[in-house]
Order: sequence, then C-alpha cells, then structure tokens
Amino acid sequence: MASDSIALDHNGHEPSYLEYEGKHKGLLGWILSTDHKRIGILYLISILSFFAVGVTLGFLIRLELLTPQGTIVGPQAYNEFFTLHGVIMIFIVVIPVIPAVFGNFFLPIMLGAKDVAFPRLNLLTWYLYIIGGTLVLLSLILPGGAADTGWTFYVPYSVRTGTNMIFTLTAVFILGFSSILTGLNFLTTIHRIRAPQMGWFKMPLFAWSLYATSWIQVIVTPIVGITLLMVIVERVFHVGIFDPSLGGDPLLFQHMFWMYSHPAVYIIIVPAMGVISEVIPVFSHRTIFGYKFIAYSSLAIALFGSLVWAHHMFATGMSDTAEFVFSLLTFVVAIPSAIKVFNWTATLYKGSIELEAPLLYALAFIFLFSIGGLTGIIQGALNVDIYLTDTYFIVGHIHYVVFGGTGMGLFAALHYWLPKMFGRMYNKKVARVAFWFVFVGFNVLYFPFFILGWMGMPRRSYHYLPQFQTYHVISTVGSWILVIGLVLMLGNLLRSLINGKKITERNIWGGETLEWTVETPPTFENFENIPDVINGPYEYKQNEPATIEEEVK
Amino acid sequence: MSTQAVHVEAHEHRDDIRSRMGMWLFLFSELLLFGGLFLMYSVYRFMHQHDFSIASKEMNTFFGTMNTVILLTSSLTMALSITAIKRGSRKLSIFFQLVTILFGITFMVNKFIEWSAEFRKGNFPGSAILLNKPPGQILYFGLYYSMVGLHGIHVLVGMGLIAFMTRLTIKGIINKDDYVKLETAGLYWHLVDIIWIFLFPLFYLIT
Repeated sequence: MASDSIALDHNGHEPSYLEYEGKHKGLLGWILSTDHKRIGILYLISILSFFAVGVTLGFLIRLELLTPQGTIVGPQAYNEFFTLHGVIMIFIVVIPVIPAVFGNFFLPIMLGAKDVAFPRLNLLTWYLYIIGGTLVLLSLILPGGAADTGWTFYVPYSVRTGTNMIFTLTAVFILGFSSILTGLNFLTTIHRIRAPQMGWFKMPLFAWSLYATSWIQVIVTPIVGITLLMVIVERVFHVGIFDPSLGGDPLLFQHMFWMYSHPAVYIIIVPAMGVISEVIPVFSHRTIFGYKFIAYSSLAIALFGSLVWAHHMFATGMSDTAEFVFSLLTFVVAIPSAIKVFNWTATLYKGSIELEAPLLYALAFIFLFSIGGLTGIIQGALNVDIYLTDTYFIVGHIHYVVFGGTGMGLFAALHYWLPKMFGRMYNKKVARVAFWFVFVGFNVLYFPFFILGWMGMPRRSYHYLPQFQTYHVISTVGSWILVIGLVLMLGNLLRSLINGKKITERNIWGGETLEWTVETPPTFENFENIPDVINGPYEYKQNEPATIEEEVK
Repeated sequence: MSTQAVHVEAHEHRDDIRSRMGMWLFLFSELLLFGGLFLMYSVYRFMHQHDFSIASKEMNTFFGTMNTVILLTSSLTMALSITAIKRGSRKLSIFFQLVTILFGITFMVNKFIEWSAEFRKGNFPGSAILLNKPPGQILYFGLYYSMVGLHGIHVLVGMGLIAFMTRLTIKGIINKDDYVKLETAGLYWHLVDIIWIFLFPLFYLIT
C-alpha cells in the first residue's frame, strides 16, 4: 500500500488510522483494509465476541455442575457444551488472540515498519478466521448437534458420532491455515522489514516472542491440519486411516494430534510472555533483567516444546523408554519458562513500581502461570500422572496455564495498549477493582479443581459422587465472581472507547519501545520517517519518560 | 510543513527476497502437511509389511511411470519459462507456461484413467470387495487415495496458479525486470513435483 500522498487535515496533521479514508469508506474501509492496525482491530472485535460465547458456555458448564445429578441441561448437551467451550477457547480465542490482535497492530510499529510483509495475505487470514469461527457456531445451530467429543477429537468416537463433527473439524483446519499464514507473515516481516538500525538484539521482547511463536505455528500446525483432514476423509469417504474397524490405529491419531496440540500450548503462552516482558520493565521503570536470556528462552521453548507431545499419552501403554524420554523432556521444557519468571521478578527488584492495571495483570500472570507450570511438572512425572491423568487436576492445570497465563497476558495487553490504539483512557480505578474480582474469582473457580482431581474426580463427567459437591459449589460460586470481574473489566474498557478521556500524548506509560514514539492513535503510515533506533528497547538508565516525547517532537 | 514531501518519496521499494521467503516458508509448511501423511504411511507399512506388499502389486506401474516422466518434464518447462522471461522473450515464456499446464492436464487425465480402473476392480473406499481384504490392504488403499488425491489437488492448484501467471505475463505485469511472481509459482510447481517423486516409489515401486 504505497500511497504517494496522504491528505492532511486542516491543521497540517496526518489523520490517524481510525480516521484515514482510503479507496473504500465506512464499513468497507475496515473489512477491505490491508492496514495492519485495522486488521488488528477486526481481530480484536471478532475474538472478543467469540470469547464472550466461550465464557457463556463455561459459565453454563459450572452451573450444571452445581449438583451431582442433572441441574440445567441433559448429558448430551453437557458434552456439546464442554466440547464447544474447548474448541472456541483454544482454537478461536487463545491461539490467535495475542499475535493476531496485538502482534498485527504493534509488531510493524515496534520494528519501525509501515506494515507487515504481506498486507493482503494478512487480511486473508482474518477472512479464514471468520469462516472457521462461523462454521463452529453453525455446528451449534444446525440440526444434528454440535461436536461432542471434547476438543481433542479422539478417534474412533470422532469418526462415529452422529453430530456435526465435519463442521467443527473443517473449522479447525481452516483456522489452522489462517494461523500458518499469520506465522509466515510475521517471520518474513521480522526478517525483512525491520528499520535499518533495528538489529536483532534491539528488538523488543514482544517481537522476539512473536518470532518464536511464528516458527511453532509454521512448523506444527500442518500436522494437525492433515490429521483432522484425514478424520474428515474417513467420515465422508469411509477411507481406512484411524478407525480400528478398518485396521487403523487410534493411538496414531493421538500422537499426531498432540504433536500439534502440545506445541500449541506454547503458541498460546509465548506471546503472552512477550506482553509480560514489555509491561514489567515499563511499570517498574527498569531495564529488563537478562534480555538475551528471555529472547533465547522463547526459542528454547519453541524447540523443546515440540518434543514433549507424548506426555499426554502416558496412560496409553507406550514403551517404557518412550515414556522415560518424554517425561525427561517435559522437565527440560520447564527450564526456559522458569528463566523468564526469574528474570521478570529480578526486573521488579528495586524498581520504582507503579501498580497500574497492566502490571497487576502481569503479576497475576506470574503467580498463576507459576502454579500452572508447577502442576504441569507434577503430571510430567510418570508415576504421579498415571494416578492423576483424566482427572480434574489436568483441568485445573490447563486453566491455570491457558487462562491464568494467556488470559492474564491478554488482559494486561488490553490495559497496556488499548489507550494507545484508540487514544482514549479507561477508568483506572474501575480497572483495578475489576482486576481483584477477576483474580479472586479465578482462584475460587479453578483452585478447587486441583483438590477435586487429587480426590479422584474424573474430568468431562456429567454426574459426580456426592462427596465432591462442596468443592463443585465453591467452584461455581467462583465462576460467578469471575464473570462479574470480566463484565466489569470489559465494560470499563468498552466504555472508555466511547466516552473515555481523550489522550494525545505519545508516551502514555513511559515505555521505551517504538510504539510510544508515534502518535496516539497512530497515523496510517505509522512513522513520518523511518525511525532511528539508537537505544535498546528497555534503556531506562538516564531517560525519564517525559523527555522522550520531547525528543521526538 | 515539510511532511508532505516525505510521503512522495515514501515509495515502498520492491523486495524480491521477501516474496521468495514467504513462498519458501509456505512450501515448508506444505512439506510438513505431507510429512504427516508420510508418517502415517511409514507407521502402517511397519505394522503391515506383508499386506502393503500384496496391495502395491495391484498398482499400474505403467501409468505411474508415465506420470512421473510427465511431471518431471513439466518442471523443466516451468524452469524454461522463467529463464525465457529473464532473457526478455515473453512469447517463449508464455509458450512454456502453457506447455506446463498441458502437462498438468495430461497428468490428471492419466490419474483419472488409472483411478477408474481401480474403481472397476472394486478397490475403492467403502466397497465390499475392499472391506473383505485384510486391514493392511484397506489401509494401503486408504493412504493411496488420500495421499495421491491430496497431491492431485495440489496439481490442480498449481495449474491454476500458472494460468494466472500466464495472464500476468500477457498483461506485461510479469516482465524481464519483475518476474518474482512467476518464480514463486515455479517454486510451488516444483514442490508438487518433489512430492510425487516420493509418492511414486512408495506406492508403485516398493513391493
């Protein structure tokens, strides 16, 4: 999109990307725009809408589990609910959310570029995303019922169940394609269009985390693509691939599914780690501790994370050698994550800390992700896992990692960057109150899962024994607190976009990365000139935040 | 305000390496997509050595060999069309692109004849004849149709891509100085070729 001239407004200022009018106007100006910032906003709106659907389903699941027997829905509907909750939250919300929204919006700006490498491809990924998301919703509405296999689609059940599996499987295939293209786009962007002085080790850590994530996306997503495609082929044409009645091996499906879906955990978490690496130095006004270690640990996670998939299958009777190797690698992959956690806490040490909403969420990330990570290690131990596998313990673990990790990372990013994106500030006090609702609600909701799991409560179960009820009731009450917090938080952010305090100052929080040197909200082309990158991304030593703004002017 | 002058200069310069890199990354993900299928093939071949050997004898090696020759030659004509445009002979380049598409069509027609013959023998998914065979042979044909079928879809996509490039060449958008689009389309076509080079021995030659 190289436009030769851009109409300046009457003050001689360039209009922001929100006001900029290209070939198309109005709604078309958005859904046909190849501007990385507008595509980021498109993703933001669509992902948050799907998030609302996912939260509603989760809320209903918790409501159902209030009593040991049926409470509000029947067992079939319950199966469809937890499947859709998983599919929407994993494939439609947390996998794309941070790269597609904040990566799209800020990666080019952070690198000193005007757009991503392939702007039209970028728009295509959004359309693929919408098609995928719509197919999942269609499966819910159309006769036949939504998928009821759980989000893992294990064969042979996924080949034989009479529900609208094909919709869901096709949706995940298309979403995977969208994910690959986003990864490819970011990789090329980072390699080819950094500002001339933006060396690899001058890149913000958010860019590093997206770099590692994009590699995982490109490398592992095709595997789940082909696996689910084969399940579709098997259902439609009765070709023998995985179904044991046709000679297939269901365990092969599990291996291939987890070859993607375990690294997908890192597609989910690494960008959130990138957000945390941005937020912590800014709100403690300190240089990040161990920059290179954090950067390399993202790559180490990408590498080792791709080699641990079979720890999801310890109970399937693999050879002892295989189990031993996968268990060992599982412990190894914890190291780079721990390196990050230690570096973040070291950054906070002796910093002048401003406890704003983004930092609160970042601290919650560290706390909750640590619990999630350590409970993961527990299940990485072979003998313990045989006891804990398929219990609520794993459900607790996944929610602490994915929601406590990426969810909190997302909320931190929203509070950190949304004012920059729209030029309006939210009510900071309400944001802090909402945080405490979210944090308390989260723990009340998910911590009992560990206890339930330890007591032997199986996951995905519609009925349960009466002795588990106390913890289920506590958990359901937690879900109410959490929903109040989420409504308060998102409501506060949404309200700010309509009538929040207008801000035009460039450097809202005192950050040192390039997005804080451009206008608020950014102009269509981001930069007037390709920026000079003299300092590293976190050099706080001499610079007071206020002076940077003056330098730019 | 001097900003206006800046924008006039702000032409995005062409970056051919960027386009090639994007295509290579895409091809990389394509290889992994087929890699999943090759993994399934090797696991099932390991589990059902004997059945795979029996089933593969039913393949028509003549058609397989012919298609290998056709596809390899088409990769040559594709490369020739790129060399032609580099040297500035547009007409020759268009000629070679059309020949490449023609080879692609021949490949698909052969495939059609070959599959029809297999279907007549009853070797198609879900047929009673196939279902009565041992599991290894069912898997062999399942993999055969899936892998060769997915490859066939790639041939079709590749042909469409080249046809589009031919249009761009006729319009002059692809020319002596700017031929990276044709080059990346060529890369895709070579991928289609390479995957076939592995499919051919796995299904037709190893017994």
